[in-house]
Amino acid sequence: MSKSNVSMTVNGKAVAAEVESRTLLIHYLRENLSLTGPHIGCETSHCGACTVDIDGKSVKSCTIFAVQAAGANVLTIEGMAAADGTLHALQEAFREMHGLQCGYCTPGMIVRAHRLLQENKNPSEAEIRLGISGNLCRCTGYQNIVKAIQYAAAKINGVEYKEAAE
Amino acid sequence: MNAPTPPTSLERAEKLKGMGFKRKRVEDVRFTQGRGNYVDDIKLPGMLHGDFHRSSHAHARIVKIDTSKAKAVPGVVAVLTAEELKGVNLAWMPTLAGDVQMVLADGKVLFQNQEIAFIVATDRYIAADAADLVEVEYEALPVVVDPFKAMDADAPVLREDIKDKKDGAHGPRKHYNHIFNWSVGDKDLTDAAFVKAEVSTKDLLSYQRVHPCPLETCQTVCSYSKITGDLTIYGTFQAPHVIRTVVALISSIPEQKIHVISPDIGGGFGNKVGAYPGYICAAVASIVTGLPVKWVEDRIENLSTTSFARDYHMTTEIAATRDGRVQALRVHILADHGAFDACADPSKWPAGFSNIVTGSYDFPVAHLSVDGVYTNKAPGGVAYRCSFRVTEVVYALERAMDIMAQKLGMDPVDFRMKNFIKREQFPYQSALGWEYDSGDYHMAMDKAVAAIDYRKLREEQKAKQEAFKRGETRDIMGIGVCFFTEIVGAGPSKNCDILGIAMFDSAEIRIHPTGRVLGRMGSKSQGQGHETTWAQIIATEIGIPADDIAIEEGNTDTAPYGLGTYGSRSTPVAGAAIAMAARKIKAKAQMIAAYLLEVHEGDLEWDVDRFKVKGNPEQFKTMAQLAWAAYNKVPPGMEPGLEAVSYYDPPNMTYPFGAYFCVMDIDVDTGVHKVRRFYALDDCGTRINPMIIEGQVHGGCTEGYGIAMGQEIVYDAAGNVKGASLMDYFLPTAVETPHWETDFTVTPSPHHPIGAKGVGESPNVGSVPCFSNAVNDAFKFLGNVHMSMPHDAYRVWQAAEDLGLHK
Amino acid sequence: MIPGTFDYHRPRGLAEAVALLASLDEDARVIAGGHSLIPMMKLRLAAPTHLIDLAGIGELKGVKMDGDTLVIGAMTTQHELILDALIAAHAPILIEAAVLIADPQVRYMGTIGGNVANGDPGNDMPALMMALDGQYVLTGPKGARAVAARAFYKGPYDTAAQPGEILTAIRVKAPPAGHGYAYEKLKRKVGDYATAAAAVVLTVSGGKIATCAITLTNVADTPLDATQAAAAVIGTALDKGSLAKAAAAAEAIASPAVDGRGSAQYRKKMSGVMTARALARAFARAQS
Repeated sequence: MSKSNVSMTVNGKAVAAEVESRTLLIHYLRENLSLTGPHIGCETSHCGACTVDIDGKSVKSCTIFAVQAAGANVLTIEGMAAADGTLHALQEAFREMHGLQCGYCTPGMIVRAHRLLQENKNPSEAEIRLGISGNLCRCTGYQNIVKAIQYAAAKINGVEYKEAAE
Repeated sequence: MNAPTPPTSLERAEKLKGMGFKRKRVEDVRFTQGRGNYVDDIKLPGMLHGDFHRSSHAHARIVKIDTSKAKAVPGVVAVLTAEELKGVNLAWMPTLAGDVQMVLADGKVLFQNQEIAFIVATDRYIAADAADLVEVEYEALPVVVDPFKAMDADAPVLREDIKDKKDGAHGPRKHYNHIFNWSVGDKDLTDAAFVKAEVSTKDLLSYQRVHPCPLETCQTVCSYSKITGDLTIYGTFQAPHVIRTVVALISSIPEQKIHVISPDIGGGFGNKVGAYPGYICAAVASIVTGLPVKWVEDRIENLSTTSFARDYHMTTEIAATRDGRVQALRVHILADHGAFDACADPSKWPAGFSNIVTGSYDFPVAHLSVDGVYTNKAPGGVAYRCSFRVTEVVYALERAMDIMAQKLGMDPVDFRMKNFIKREQFPYQSALGWEYDSGDYHMAMDKAVAAIDYRKLREEQKAKQEAFKRGETRDIMGIGVCFFTEIVGAGPSKNCDILGIAMFDSAEIRIHPTGRVLGRMGSKSQGQGHETTWAQIIATEIGIPADDIAIEEGNTDTAPYGLGTYGSRSTPVAGAAIAMAARKIKAKAQMIAAYLLEVHEGDLEWDVDRFKVKGNPEQFKTMAQLAWAAYNKVPPGMEPGLEAVSYYDPPNMTYPFGAYFCVMDIDVDTGVHKVRRFYALDDCGTRINPMIIEGQVHGGCTEGYGIAMGQEIVYDAAGNVKGASLMDYFLPTAVETPHWETDFTVTPSPHHPIGAKGVGESPNVGSVPCFSNAVNDAFKFLGNVHMSMPHDAYRVWQAAEDLGLHK
Repeated sequence: MIPGTFDYHRPRGLAEAVALLASLDEDARVIAGGHSLIPMMKLRLAAPTHLIDLAGIGELKGVKMDGDTLVIGAMTTQHELILDALIAAHAPILIEAAVLIADPQVRYMGTIGGNVANGDPGNDMPALMMALDGQYVLTGPKGARAVAARAFYKGPYDTAAQPGEILTAIRVKAPPAGHGYAYEKLKRKVGDYATAAAAVVLTVSGGKIATCAITLTNVADTPLDATQAAAAVIGTALDKGSLAKAAAAAEAIASPAVDGRGSAQYRKKMSGVMTARALARAFARAQS
């Protein structure tokens, strides 16, 4: 049907709406749910600024229709902090290690990094770089993003963060 | 019980998190929680969406535009073409370079994807559908894409609107596709030097057309109130005040009723300095409908129609003595500006500050001549993290220096050091008219050379070359050097203005009774961290902790007038204004302190965050205490309050410099490279926040890497734009991006209140020639003199093929 | 950026999907991971009137063994492939290739079926399936049939699938234990299609190559079966001469498009270089 009723859980909250079938998930999130954390940086599915987490998968929300996510559990940057406002280790880490400048790639980058650390608790630098290769950044040159992810991994694993030698 | 020991000066200074401190960024709190406020996040009641129908042709007459099908789509509110815009005299708009530009195609189109019609609808999906339904009948015209052919006698006329104008904004035009000639230097002396030169080189060094490509595209929300006549414009503007004044000049809306607001911007890099048709159309649509109108371009639109960068073709000649002393520099540049000269340069500088081309070297004479031409390409260009054509000419110079070193049989580092401007020569008058403020090039180069063990790398390279010749390896090794001096901080009112507005910048600082601070500046961060760093300057100047200082930028109603953030001008100009405003506050606070402590002002000395009585340090007043006093206990005759505004007209530009080295290994059989090491030493004078400086260098080097090793916006012979999506436009991922080593020296600027020079663009200026020199250096022993960027695998392989290396 | 309108369907089973596809107009399409189709729809290069979402069809998922044959459900994602123990044990070249496809997010959604079914000459898995002598199970209104991967690709976006057929599974007879394999993909950056790529699957016996399959990606209108290249190395210990012959033979059949990845000549040459490198790695991996 050209319009569909779709319901899903977004950041722990059940939501439902009637949307056009062609409504991209990124637009559903940003326009219908006013979750403007995920961003749009391209229309060819390269930049990753729109990355969200759907049922444990990192997904570019610009390349999926809202209707395809029916019944799914969706996590955006807005759902990363705890209910009492305590920041996720990654959110702290990005600030601690200067892993962002203009902030535009940051929501997608953090949500992707979150899934990366679920896939691999203690990734090497090379694994991190490959792990975030679907997220483009124009400001940081990635180096401090790598450090931020390493810092967060250490925190989550309960070990001391050791900065790698230059 | 003993009283606690009072904190020392050092401890109090650390608490301030002022200058030099690696202060964590204020901005990050909202960005890491997805609570930035970017233009596309803005939703206003009744807001409409605009989208363009764009030209499929590069050059064509428009025979007919049929908007009837588009208008008939339910939800479409209006469709604008040039006809409608003519009614409000906005079918054309002035550019920052003294040209005019079509807002919507008027009678013809001049580049592929040029805007033809603007569709306004109730949502962006409907606008997109309707945009597809506009029907245009074209009559194709011959196309000019080769700038070297633009001034042929039989070249097609592109700009019929100025066809018969013999003079342009910058002087006489020698051809209908010519825009300007700009020349500087002593031509006769330079020509004479070349005539008698012992050794000379001449090379065409082209810097390809690229695009700044920030992750967020250009966008606006325009909201006009038919009731009050106010026009509010939210937009991705690096220079919001300039946009406001431009809108006032081209529309009939008085400037006090125009409210331009730049919220958070997702990267600028020069892309977001100028005004684009999308902004104008959205504003007109809002005025016509009385409703807010949002325009958000997509990536292909951004890459193919908003301002490109570079496209400079530089014939570069160096004359030198046989023992390696440069005698003269002669450069002619052919500048491809596309269909309209929409260059974002200070108005008297049609080729930007390209006369920095003498760089770090003591050329006794030099001459530079630049010719700009029109072609059937997107209009521009802008300074993609480069301070007005500085990247272009530094590339040409640093390549040419390597080529000359090769011809002389000298090591590229030794050749450069032999010709460096010496520290005793500062302030240095260059042969092309700049006064460089300060520098110590030998110290910086010595430090860099030692840090990377340069001589050992050259030995390794020699051994690898022998191994290659013996057929033991198919990898070659290149060492790239770049020693750049760049010119930033535009600029002094005597020679820098944008559309007639001098390029000062400003700061307004207000201290509240409880000792907290609000600062507003005329600059506009797009990721540079001003909310964090401007507070650090104030903290050090007036002794209030940076965490107690709020910084605002971007709202033209509340921020003092500024010329915005680009060309690394914020620290040199707005940063100076901040220091000057802070010092006015400090001076007033000192008078209040003297009054309260019942001493003369001269009996007080400043200690981090307080005025102390000399010889009697228990008698002091902290700035926080003085703030409270400013609201109720000022000396008789003094106005209450504690605030100041400074508009800073810089006496000179600033001249950051750096020594960059790159070690690269190249697989000759595929053309694939691997950056083994990249070392960047930057001297930006006084360093406000080392963490942020390091981030700027990482980011700028990454952009430079993309430019040198793969970025290009290409046009085929029919004017079709190629590579204008992220499928092809090379934005390196975390996998390709090299590891960056950063280092520094500090040579303060003598004319800047805090000695700072600015650093944002240095890495783009320095890294591009460094990468290109590394590739060229790798192939030198096999007969290479020059190969052009971008050095993608295909082109490197092709160069290897042309050198006969695949037999 | 904005696709055209379409009707969306989400059948619960394969039979329902097949029936639906048969009943709708010729511009109805199935959608698997959507990461080829949706980008094309957003650029309005594809405008299906109906989308039949296969995501809800359980029988299209999973990897199992049927005797010595791997049966890979068409809706298996690249991510699932990479983590699958059966694939790792029996056809590890698929994992080596999958890791080189696109980026992590795309691999979470992109399916093996989607990658092989649409005839996009840039996709990697078609050549892999040809090298493994894979069979595509196509299910249509008249039932299921198998088509060899080697016989499936006719031209760009032109395959042997009949209207109304859905690719539901891929059957791959497991290469012998100790086989040598390599996928050598030259690309401009992570996420790009191949400038040129070569897949090699071989077996070695008594120090000499006994069987060999070489296929090429993105250097022609379809994936290519480089049989002459393979013939050049069979019976050899992969000496310099036979390696060069194989590379030349691969080059000879390549007719690549000219695009941002390079000239036709460059890409042709690279098919040879990738072939040689893949052969060398595969040979080194193989156990006699």
